[in-house]
Amino acid sequence: MRRIHRLVLGLFLLPALALAEAGDDPLGSPAWLDLKPYFVGNGRVVFDDRVKVSGPRFAEDSMNVPVGVRIENLPGIERVLVVADLNPITKILEFSPRGALPALYFRIKLQQATPVRALVLTKDGVWHADGIWIDATGGGCTAPSTGRGDPNWTRTLGSVQSQVWENDQQSRLKLKIMHPMDTGLAAGIPAFYIEQLALRDETGREWMRLKVYEPVSENPVFSFDFPGRTPPGLTLVGHDNNGNTINAKVAK
Amino acid sequence: MKLRAIFLLLVSWLASWLFGAAWAGDFDYHLDPYRLTEDTYVFIGKAEDFTRQNGGNIVNTAFIVTADGVVVIDTGSTRRYGEQMREAIAGVTPKPVTHVFNTHDHPDHFLGNQAFKDVPIYALPETIAGEQAMGNAFADNVYRLAGDWAEGTEPVPAKHAVKAGHMPIGGHDLEIFAWGGHTAGDMAIFDHTTGVLFAADLVFYNRAATTPHAVLANWFASLDRIQKIPFKVMVPGHGLPVMDARAIEQTRSYLHWLDRTLREAAKNGAEMTEVLAQPIPPEFSGIALVASEYARSIAHLYRSYEAQTLLPAGH
Repeated sequence: MRRIHRLVLGLFLLPALALAEAGDDPLGSPAWLDLKPYFVGNGRVVFDDRVKVSGPRFAEDSMNVPVGVRIENLPGIERVLVVADLNPITKILEFSPRGALPALYFRIKLQQATPVRALVLTKDGVWHADGIWIDATGGGCTAPSTGRGDPNWTRTLGSVQSQVWENDQQSRLKLKIMHPMDTGLAAGIPAFYIEQLALRDETGREWMRLKVYEPVSENPVFSFDFPGRTPPGLTLVGHDNNGNTINAKVAK
Repeated sequence: MKLRAIFLLLVSWLASWLFGAAWAGDFDYHLDPYRLTEDTYVFIGKAEDFTRQNGGNIVNTAFIVTADGVVVIDTGSTRRYGEQMREAIAGVTPKPVTHVFNTHDHPDHFLGNQAFKDVPIYALPETIAGEQAMGNAFADNVYRLAGDWAEGTEPVPAKHAVKAGHMPIGGHDLEIFAWGGHTAGDMAIFDHTTGVLFAADLVFYNRAATTPHAVLANWFASLDRIQKIPFKVMVPGHGLPVMDARAIEQTRSYLHWLDRTLREAAKNGAEMTEVLAQPIPPEFSGIALVASEYARSIAHLYRSYEAQTLLPAGH
């Protein structure tokens, strides 16, 4: 009797084992195999739990879904690509921590339930991936930005607010940039979004570089973590896809 | 013969298990009026969120049988709920429904209005505006969450604005309070004649408070005012009626904890995903839906706490 139980159990487990061995997507995304070449080309992808993606299980506000990416004990990080497989615009952002800790926190717009994953390219050419599913009712990407209702949005465009929390071990910089971040998917409103951001210290050294895509939320908020205190004279520089520049001193 | 009967039983059990209660297609909320006093009844909703199983029967609604007719307080989540509520009322009294009140503009409290189209529906001005602005989106959402239970549900916004003050109806001295905090306009109704207070969603009991349109400072002020009312029985918007202040205290202490937690987190520079990971203290962990409501509340409220910590950057 017990043997029969084992046999039955084994039959149920068999497909699951086969999937894992084939190196398939642990998130079970229907789009992963099609999207993989678009994200990483011919690169090799390994699923790696040193890549930590955090977020809510359900997107209560699909215009502002918080996501955190933190990479622990993985040396040689070149860059990190964050994607949402089933969003109408799949690429969310890319970042290269060049002195900042390999972590980034931000908010995104989601159109429907989707895996949100981080793909971390290391110097050996391997992509390390992990992610989570976030359920959503939608409307995040095809709704106009709320700032469009405020006639004064152009006056604050590109202005930055920030704060630093620090001690000798670690510090955090949180900043908010005023920008509509229009996806181009709302009728009659062309895509208008921040494309490039970088954090530089007073010597001009770059500590973090970002490529930003349309799904990042309106008036985006980012948090960056640094080892020790924040680099002196940290400045945020960047531009949007219309050539408007961002230049703000965000730490002492 | 016996075997065949057992087989049929198994098949029908399997079918009902597979397709759920709605398989029968009856969409019956089994609304059972619970008698609070001689002439005041409540329909107690489940301490759950909208599901395809409960069809949105997650809210407390009530009615008072006065000398001149029936006063209805909130109409439930769907057209079907409103209709079945009206049938259940007719099973208690032959008197006509003469007044309907919507305590606030949330879908589980007013989307049953369709069943009371022929009756004047009263609400605070803020509530009427909210029902007009958000009604269609709410109806879509209820359909998404509750499935066919919501079939044919359309918003029927209240038309009659009421103000704070006494409103005597059929021998009942009703007092309307125009408060807020849970939404822009939260009506509480105190029946001075029976001592029953209908607190609506300003008070939740053993079901976590929801905050999609909340302003906590206003909500705290409303709770303080509610506590001064000499009620005998209080009907919260969600959860069992109580005869003392315990539901008020629970709502207040949960919302205070939420307020404090979010403020402290923002002050310390925490990110939303980090706040999500914080544990719920044991004193609240027994409250139904507390984990999911806490997560929702972060989405509703955290950014406003966070905004206070950020300062204009220099050039």
